[in-house]
Amino acid sequence: MKFPYSDAVMDHFRHPRNVGKMDDADGKAMEGSPACGDMVAVYIKVDPENQKITDAKFESYGCASNIATGSIITELAKGKSIEEAKNISWKEATDALGGLPKIKAHCSVLAVEGLRSAIENYEERHGLVKDKEATTLEVVRRRLRKVMNPLTGLDVIRTELVKDITIKEGVISLTVDLPANHQFAVAIKEEILEKLETLWDVKTVAINFSE
Amino acid sequence: MPDKPVYLDNAAATRVDDRVVDAMMPYFLEKYAVATSEFAYSQGIEAREALDGARAALGAKLNAKPEEFIFTSGSAESSNIAIKGVALALGEKKGRHIIVSKIEDFPVLHSARALERQGFRVTYLETDGEGVVNPDKLREAIAPDTILVSIQHANQEIGTVQDIAQIGRICHEKDVLFHTDATHTFPRIEIDTRKVPVDLISIAAHTIHGPKGIGGLYFRQGTRIAKWMDGGFQEFDLRGGLENIPGAIGFAKAVELITPEETRRIQELRDRLIDRILAEIPDTTLNGHRTQRVPQNANISFHYVEGESVTLHLDMRGFAVSTGSACFSRSLEGSHVIYGIGGDHERAHGSMRMTLGRYNTIEEVDAIVAALAEVVKELRLISPLGRDKEK
Repeated sequence: MKFPYSDAVMDHFRHPRNVGKMDDADGKAMEGSPACGDMVAVYIKVDPENQKITDAKFESYGCASNIATGSIITELAKGKSIEEAKNISWKEATDALGGLPKIKAHCSVLAVEGLRSAIENYEERHGLVKDKEATTLEVVRRRLRKVMNPLTGLDVIRTELVKDITIKEGVISLTVDLPANHQFAVAIKEEILEKLETLWDVKTVAINFSE
Repeated sequence: MPDKPVYLDNAAATRVDDRVVDAMMPYFLEKYAVATSEFAYSQGIEAREALDGARAALGAKLNAKPEEFIFTSGSAESSNIAIKGVALALGEKKGRHIIVSKIEDFPVLHSARALERQGFRVTYLETDGEGVVNPDKLREAIAPDTILVSIQHANQEIGTVQDIAQIGRICHEKDVLFHTDATHTFPRIEIDTRKVPVDLISIAAHTIHGPKGIGGLYFRQGTRIAKWMDGGFQEFDLRGGLENIPGAIGFAKAVELITPEETRRIQELRDRLIDRILAEIPDTTLNGHRTQRVPQNANISFHYVEGESVTLHLDMRGFAVSTGSACFSRSLEGSHVIYGIGGDHERAHGSMRMTLGRYNTIEEVDAIVAALAEVVKELRLISPLGRDKEK
């Protein structure tokens, strides 16, 4: 019988490392929502002398890939500087897990994002905030690179599943290149909304389907 | 860990009873001829008689005539024939509106959607929080151009049983055909077609320890349905193609083996399962009606945890169960049934369905309760949800 998960994924799922809430965290973030079926909270402790992550913990409401990625990302982050840790990619995390099924890519992105957001949160709390950025096409594309196309396991921008993005007076409009009744249409729509609706200067997100 | 795997997904498929296999074997190895007309060779006539016998037995179980029953490849096909067959037969003449409940299983729901794409109008009826269709809302939804109402006998996920006698009366008062998907009730809950005003019924063998790939459709004499599959003149010229005689024999045998005593025993196991989980594991919600429920179904949401993780942990401990979580589904969407009864995402993703059958024991029920308590506790410890609750 062929099991969909690698031995490393199963090991991290059964025995997740660095689990739990950190009450005195220097940076923390929560990614996802029950709507997409997965949530992950990431907590970090940073040494102010050298900006190195001395400890990292996570909590997960989600499937095996979500739990395993939370476990591996906190392992990878520990001992790294915040600049190094920001650059840990989704690919590095999943490679360390021996790969994940394509359809599960979207559940695992959350932990990678969670770590980046926890670092941003740390930077904000320590006066390192960047200027409030206006939402441009580039911002939208960057955000949508975190939404996975479940047909390929690659993101929706790279696979050109999302097209015709326009931004006008706080309204983002885009087309998903799938029929509206496609098996994954609802799931993809919810994930796109989640990524874009929270942008500070965006009022509405209009999602069209190609058919 | 139990000594042998504990299978609690009997609504999806069941272990075939040895007696069913024994009854089918001769039709693979000795009596394998095609069912012929009575003017052909002896083996063919014998095959025809066997098929007629199975048809009569299944018809009798519904108190129907043999000519009111055709064999199909399963209840998915039966529901396709019923819904699309009626639409094709009456769409031009009578009207293009059909009514289904929001929580129907996919064969009914997706047949309705397919018709919608061809210009039919479909009303998706709401249910209450326990999955019960409100008869008054059905009455209001019926329009002059309504041709068919399709409301399941019992729900595939949460087990809620509908009052099909009342629903049928409303349909007939308004001169509308009524189809019901009885995949999860037949023959454990009786349907007498001489008393219950139902025109079409989908049934299947795979839920009752019979083989996969065989089901049936009851259609009241005179019900207009268009021919489904072109081929020879099989199944009263409604469904062409070589008959599945071993399947039909197995289906009839499986039905013969279902007894009221067994159904009562299964219901007692179900009650023990539901009562123990609700009493012993905190933050749990029963999905579906507590008593108006098929005997084999328990469906409970475990808050703050996600169902695929629960399923995987249980699998490692030797238990097979199902969940309404998006992660488990092929569409990445949470259960449309839990959403349909007003449940939120968290309730859908944490819903676990356990369905019992002939081979389950009281020891297995106690073992799954213990395993669930352990797994859910572990997963809640790592969950960011339910922080205020005691962990």
